[in-house]
Amino acid sequence: MKINLSTDSVRLLIPALSLIVLLCAVFYLQPRAMSYTGLNLLFNLAVPITLATIAQMLIMTVNDLDLSMGAFVSFVACVAATFLPTAPLIGTIILLAAIAAYAVLGVVIHVRQLPSIVVTLGMSFVWGGLAVLILPSPGGQAPVWARWIMTSKPPLMPMAIVASIIIAVITHFIVMRSSFGVLIRGVGGNTRSVERAGWSIISARAGAYALAASFAVLAGIALVGLTTSADANIALRYTLLSIAGVILGGGEFVGGRVSPIGAVIGALTLTLAGSFLSFLRISPDWQIGAQGAILIVVLALRLFLNRLEKREKGR
Amino acid sequence: MNALRSLVLKPWIWSFVATVIVWLITIMFTGGASAAGLSQAAFTFAAFSVIVGIGQMFVITLGPGNIDLSVPAMITLSGTVTLKLMGVDNALILPGLAIAIGLGVAVGIGNYAFIKLLRIPPIIATLSMSFIVQSMAIWTNRGIRIKPPALLADFTTSTLWGVPNVALVAFVLSVIAWVLLQKTVYGRWISAIGQSIPAARMAGIPVDGVRFATYVLCAVLASICGYMLASFSGGAALNMGSEYLLMSIAVVVIGGTAVAGGDSNVPGIWGASLFLFLVVSMLNTYGLGAGIRLVMTGVIIIAVIMVASGRKRGRA
Repeated sequence: MKINLSTDSVRLLIPALSLIVLLCAVFYLQPRAMSYTGLNLLFNLAVPITLATIAQMLIMTVNDLDLSMGAFVSFVACVAATFLPTAPLIGTIILLAAIAAYAVLGVVIHVRQLPSIVVTLGMSFVWGGLAVLILPSPGGQAPVWARWIMTSKPPLMPMAIVASIIIAVITHFIVMRSSFGVLIRGVGGNTRSVERAGWSIISARAGAYALAASFAVLAGIALVGLTTSADANIALRYTLLSIAGVILGGGEFVGGRVSPIGAVIGALTLTLAGSFLSFLRISPDWQIGAQGAILIVVLALRLFLNRLEKREKGR
Repeated sequence: MNALRSLVLKPWIWSFVATVIVWLITIMFTGGASAAGLSQAAFTFAAFSVIVGIGQMFVITLGPGNIDLSVPAMITLSGTVTLKLMGVDNALILPGLAIAIGLGVAVGIGNYAFIKLLRIPPIIATLSMSFIVQSMAIWTNRGIRIKPPALLADFTTSTLWGVPNVALVAFVLSVIAWVLLQKTVYGRWISAIGQSIPAARMAGIPVDGVRFATYVLCAVLASICGYMLASFSGGAALNMGSEYLLMSIAVVVIGGTAVAGGDSNVPGIWGASLFLFLVVSMLNTYGLGAGIRLVMTGVIIIAVIMVASGRKRGRA
């Protein structure tokens, strides 16, 4: 029956399915969540996680991995909570410089053929240190506009869901439809052939890194808009969350095979998993463990559906 | 002359050169007053990184994408469980060690079961596993700090002819690891798999068996490290493993092991572990703030990697 499904949509089917199942489970446990306010609360923290996941996805598109994502988002959050409200100009310059630093990082990793894991590992110390320098103790305040955007109440759908859809659509066009997107996915797929076709790999990598940094900057600002204050360790768990989100969404570590819509869904699933566990009233001791279990269950589901698909093809 | 040249070409030499430089700078700053103390501390703390790092190195040598993120949770779990079971009873030291090894084997089997049965990338499999393991550690710990048996605490904190006992243990383990990697069929198999899985398969190497054994070995080493670390620091804490996630990866890579797999390096792990500890203590001696210290650590790590990798490219 499902002959017309392309591989890409099957890839998307599995994350979407797991999100829906999880959502149904949450609604079953807590029917009151099935409302505007309920959904808003459920997905409140999804916006920064989604943005960070997209950033990680862009890095993974060129076959790299960013282990400094959490530290970088924390750093941005610290800048956003200190400079942006009081000295917007300086704050903007710092953030632009940080984006430029990412582009330079992309160039350095490519030119010297360094392992991205290790370089970003080192960078995580740098961003963490800068964050501590800017904001030694938790505090600061959110820029008024960031706060306004994050707490706005659009009609029909809560802010977090509207934002997720917008992010998904925009990144889908950038990564899947624009020539730049094709280029960076090509770099991930087969660097040599892209190079021979006359493209500059250096600028493609620099572009991918800079774009990723821009999304990470948005993640940091969105996070501060929600929490109204920052601290140097505020987003450290985003490193692993963002990687897990991309993988849940059907992305791969190598080969330039990524899916922006899938990544957004993956990030939403991870956010929801947290709420689901608290609705289940699992003892706090086991909360983290249960999160790991959910990750495994979803991935097992993916394997199962992939096998099914293969069997259909085999016929 | 020839010997010198072959020494310079060894990928691990750079981590030792960097270590000596940092050591000299620190000693110069303190006027030579703390040379012995600093060296002893460096060997003590480096020993823990070495033990974890060796395990991580075996896994990374398996090839691109192979990494064990469950190391910190494993350290914490083994530290809490073994101390709890040993109580403060000296008679239970060896059973405690056996339990630590058993826990490592169990987590290693779990890790590879996820990787193999669910076909998920090791980074995600071990990450999920680490969540579960961390939860178990929280559940067993309950915030109670139990002291290690006196004999064990003495052993881990004292020295033999000026060399810390933990460093001796780490040294013995690294010699075993070196022999395992360089002189046994198993070690050759690991390198072969890291260079090309399809080729290894065609050569008749039991790829799954070797990968399985390697993940178990990594978890066991992390577990032993947790056992000793908890005894050394006078009790287990829930965050005791956290710094070893980055540390275990960093020492492997700075030590000259190829991240792409297939080429490992035991001596380099010692150089890198000593180097990383000395960098932090050097920055501490200068009395810098936490922020600057972190930034400097990051910058130095990146600088060393750039120098070391530049060498490697020249060879290729």
